[in-house]
Amino acid sequence: MAKAIEARNLNIYYGSFLAVEGVTMSIRPKTVTALIGPSGCGKSTYLRSINRMHEVIPGARVEGSLELDGKDLYAPGVDPVGVRRQIGMVFQRPNPFPTMSIYDNVVAGQRLNNKKMRKDATDELVERSLRGANLWNEVKDRLDKPGSGLSGGQQQRLCIARAIAVQPDVLLMDEPCSALDPISTLAIEDLINELKAEYTIVIVTHNMQQAARVSDFTGFFNIEGTGKPGHLIEMDETKTIFSQPKEKATEDYVSGRFG
Amino acid sequence: MTIDTETVQRERLKSRSGAESTSLVRAELPRWAPWAVFAGSLVLVGGLLAITGFSIGLFVVGSVVLYAVVTYALSRVVEGGRKATDRLVTIVVTSAFAVALIPLISVLVTVIGNGIARFDAEFFSSSMRGVVGEGGGAYHAIMGTLIITGLAAVMSIPIGLLTAVYLVEYGGRTRLSKAITFFVDVMTGIPSIVAGLFAFALFALFFGPGVRMGFAGAVALSVLMIPVVVRATEEMLKIVPNELREAAYALGTPKWRTIVKIVIPTSIAGIASGVTLAVARVIGETAPLLIIAGLTTSVNLNPFDGRMATLPVFSYTSYAAPGVPRDPYIDRAWAAALVLIIIVLLLNLVARLIARLFAPKTR
Amino acid sequence: MTAPTETATTPAPAKPVTQLGDRIFAGSAKGAGILILVVLAGVAAFLVAQAFPAVVASPAELPGERSLAAYIGPLVFGTVLAAVIALIIATPLAIAVALFITHYAPRRIAQGLAYVVDLLAAVPSIVFGLWGAFTLAPAALGLMTWLHTYLGWLPFFAGPVSVTGRTMLVVGVTLAVMILPIITAVSREVFLQTPKLHEEAALALGATRWEMIRMAVLPFGRSGIISGAMLGLGRALGETMAVAIILSASGAVTFNLISSDNPSTIAGNIALQFPDSTGLAVNTLIASGLVLFVITLLVNALARFIVNRRREFSGAN
Ligand SMILES: Nc1ncnc2c1ncn2[C@@H]1O[C@H](COP(=O)(O)OP(=O)(O)O)[C@@H](O)[C@H]1O
Ligand SMILES: [Mg+2]
Repeated sequence: MAKAIEARNLNIYYGSFLAVEGVTMSIRPKTVTALIGPSGCGKSTYLRSINRMHEVIPGARVEGSLELDGKDLYAPGVDPVGVRRQIGMVFQRPNPFPTMSIYDNVVAGQRLNNKKMRKDATDELVERSLRGANLWNEVKDRLDKPGSGLSGGQQQRLCIARAIAVQPDVLLMDEPCSALDPISTLAIEDLINELKAEYTIVIVTHNMQQAARVSDFTGFFNIEGTGKPGHLIEMDETKTIFSQPKEKATEDYVSGRFG
Repeated sequence: MTIDTETVQRERLKSRSGAESTSLVRAELPRWAPWAVFAGSLVLVGGLLAITGFSIGLFVVGSVVLYAVVTYALSRVVEGGRKATDRLVTIVVTSAFAVALIPLISVLVTVIGNGIARFDAEFFSSSMRGVVGEGGGAYHAIMGTLIITGLAAVMSIPIGLLTAVYLVEYGGRTRLSKAITFFVDVMTGIPSIVAGLFAFALFALFFGPGVRMGFAGAVALSVLMIPVVVRATEEMLKIVPNELREAAYALGTPKWRTIVKIVIPTSIAGIASGVTLAVARVIGETAPLLIIAGLTTSVNLNPFDGRMATLPVFSYTSYAAPGVPRDPYIDRAWAAALVLIIIVLLLNLVARLIARLFAPKTR
Repeated sequence: MTAPTETATTPAPAKPVTQLGDRIFAGSAKGAGILILVVLAGVAAFLVAQAFPAVVASPAELPGERSLAAYIGPLVFGTVLAAVIALIIATPLAIAVALFITHYAPRRIAQGLAYVVDLLAAVPSIVFGLWGAFTLAPAALGLMTWLHTYLGWLPFFAGPVSVTGRTMLVVGVTLAVMILPIITAVSREVFLQTPKLHEEAALALGATRWEMIRMAVLPFGRSGIISGAMLGLGRALGETMAVAIILSASGAVTFNLISSDNPSTIAGNIALQFPDSTGLAVNTLIASGLVLFVITLLVNALARFIVNRRREFSGAN
């Protein structure tokens, strides 16, 4: 299931604007990697390049190489749609499909791709995914209700259930808790801890404590000024980054003296 | 009668005018004063007209004018010029709205009053074949209207929908999408009679200068309907949040499936409502059909074969070229207008219901 | 195209991988858009082609044995006259109605009132025509007599007053009713967009409601009102049936709005003449339709231009 990600010398452009430059990063399977750094330094851009989501923006493109368990994701002939089936994504704001029930939201990945499934297999998948997202007990009696009727935290866990229902190898999360209250945040953090047994997880967060709590590795991005590209300054085990980082900029940032 | 309290107030005002600049309490007309003035105006103008000869129009206009003048004067004296102007504008704006309602009510009353005479079973079940004078009906015209409008909808909806999808989902800022946007705007402004002339010019090319055909009428209506469908759909697609598209892409869904299964279903209520309004818009069109679909007295269900009656043209022709005696023709013109207005209002109602009932639920 | 709209400079994947379904769907969407352009080109081309014989024909062959310009000129005059009357009546009324709905009516019923005004736009023009001829024309006789008696020194009300009431003035009023909803709708929209901050700032300065409207709402909405009025003008210029039914036209070129001697309009004239016309008469009518097309095009383009300029000014929001 879980796979490794290997980025080498990755440059990411929006049209002619170089947003992220020279990222080289290894992400091990079944770990949680946190990406931290000030706003606008290209964390989301980098994260979205991992499942080629940035390509939905006209003019966005990538140089360098990005491999998933040794397979180049940007090789000619690779279908970005297929990449996204292997690398799922959870967004900053919960975005369940408003036209669908909770049940249909969970199996949206299958339904949208016209995968035919038997009723009992679908039921099983829904239960497994919702349990995996720690949501089953809260919604099992109202699976046929619209997903948008849930609370923000529940909606976000529904989105996680939806993402893991397509059985990806990697889960990308872009500030998944920034729109949630502290209690819902805690629930998601617990969930991330459980999910790493099966998935490789990359999470962008603005919250240093969160990075410290949930991640095994942390990458610090920085930017010299507006209009300049973002760089990966340092990447190491989380406890190293937070206790004895090698770079001055990292230390300033994690100790709150900057950004 | 208001003058009394008036003077009292003014006295009160004088007595504390020294403190006025620091006081938060401003002199104000009592709440019942405007009502009293209004009632007074009604009585006064009514009384005057009772002597000179009554007319409902003069009564209403006179009362409102008197009311406005007296209120302005009173307020000016008590509350000052600024507040008085404010009150005057309020009266003017409110009256303007009332004035705008008059034609709507008058149209409805006139059409119902005149149309009800022939709003009977025969009107809906028989054509005008062989009818001279009384009797007959608009069955042929109703069928014609349904067929021609239906054909127009069948042509316009897919084209309009796909064009809107192109503009919102694929076009971006390309030259082509800018050109389409511009020319859809141009099309919105085409006068309906010009659309009729276009259909005539097009079909005359193939069928000769005397061509009259239901299908050509549908083509003319499509020219009018397509831009409305494009605009309505475009608006609705635009308000689908990008997050939903991204959520679908992130599940490994190809773009076209994302559009067909997420974007369109999310906005379908708005689109359906807009399309219904577009149908309502063209179903009452007279001018293009007068030119290209013409009129017959008998039922013609084949849109590719010769003249085809429609409700608006039937109504117009019954009025413009009545036979002898004239009255039955005029009655039928009104009945057709009544049927038309009922259809249009129903379609408007349906559009609203669709928008309300089928919007994505949150609960 | 799930894949990027890659620019030509892209060195990476030479050809984005796209699925067959994507290509078919994107292709048909694009095709529909192109079809619209083709249809519009067709409208222009066919109209020009059919109008051409009338342009080159000698005046003796044309209806009325006049030159094409002499035939269409008076019609253009009547078209513009009727539309301008409608505009003069409808615009102030529409502004007031829009203000009433956005700033005076109680919140709860404002939406419903807006809908009622929109209903006016739904009424088919044939119905307005019949209404104008049967209800409004007789009802306006009194007003027209009054105008003639007291304002008869103005060329507009010189009279003699038409006995049927089917005059340019009544046509103008009917057209005003028909374009009222569109002007109201556009104005209403811009009034609602007035930044709440401006409104509150005005109120905080101690302004009355009217002063707030004059200071904040109207200046902000001015270009919206103008473009709404232009859209309404475009409608009024092209309106056919109301004119064809109500107006008793003689083809005169006159500013007299209340007599029985009225200019016709392009659209009204086509509706009246077309069904019984053959040969060059048809080409002449199509030529006049082409002129109408161009006039409305210019008016609408002006309206769009104003709207778009305003959008630029309102900036990044
Ligand atoms: N769609 C886009 N088009 C152009 N530039 C963008 C786009 N999205 C982000 N950027 C730019 O890329 C840089 C990195 O943005 P982002 O990845 O969102 O930063 P972060 O997530 O770290 O806050 C910023 O300078 C931002 O302005
Ligand atoms: Mg971000």
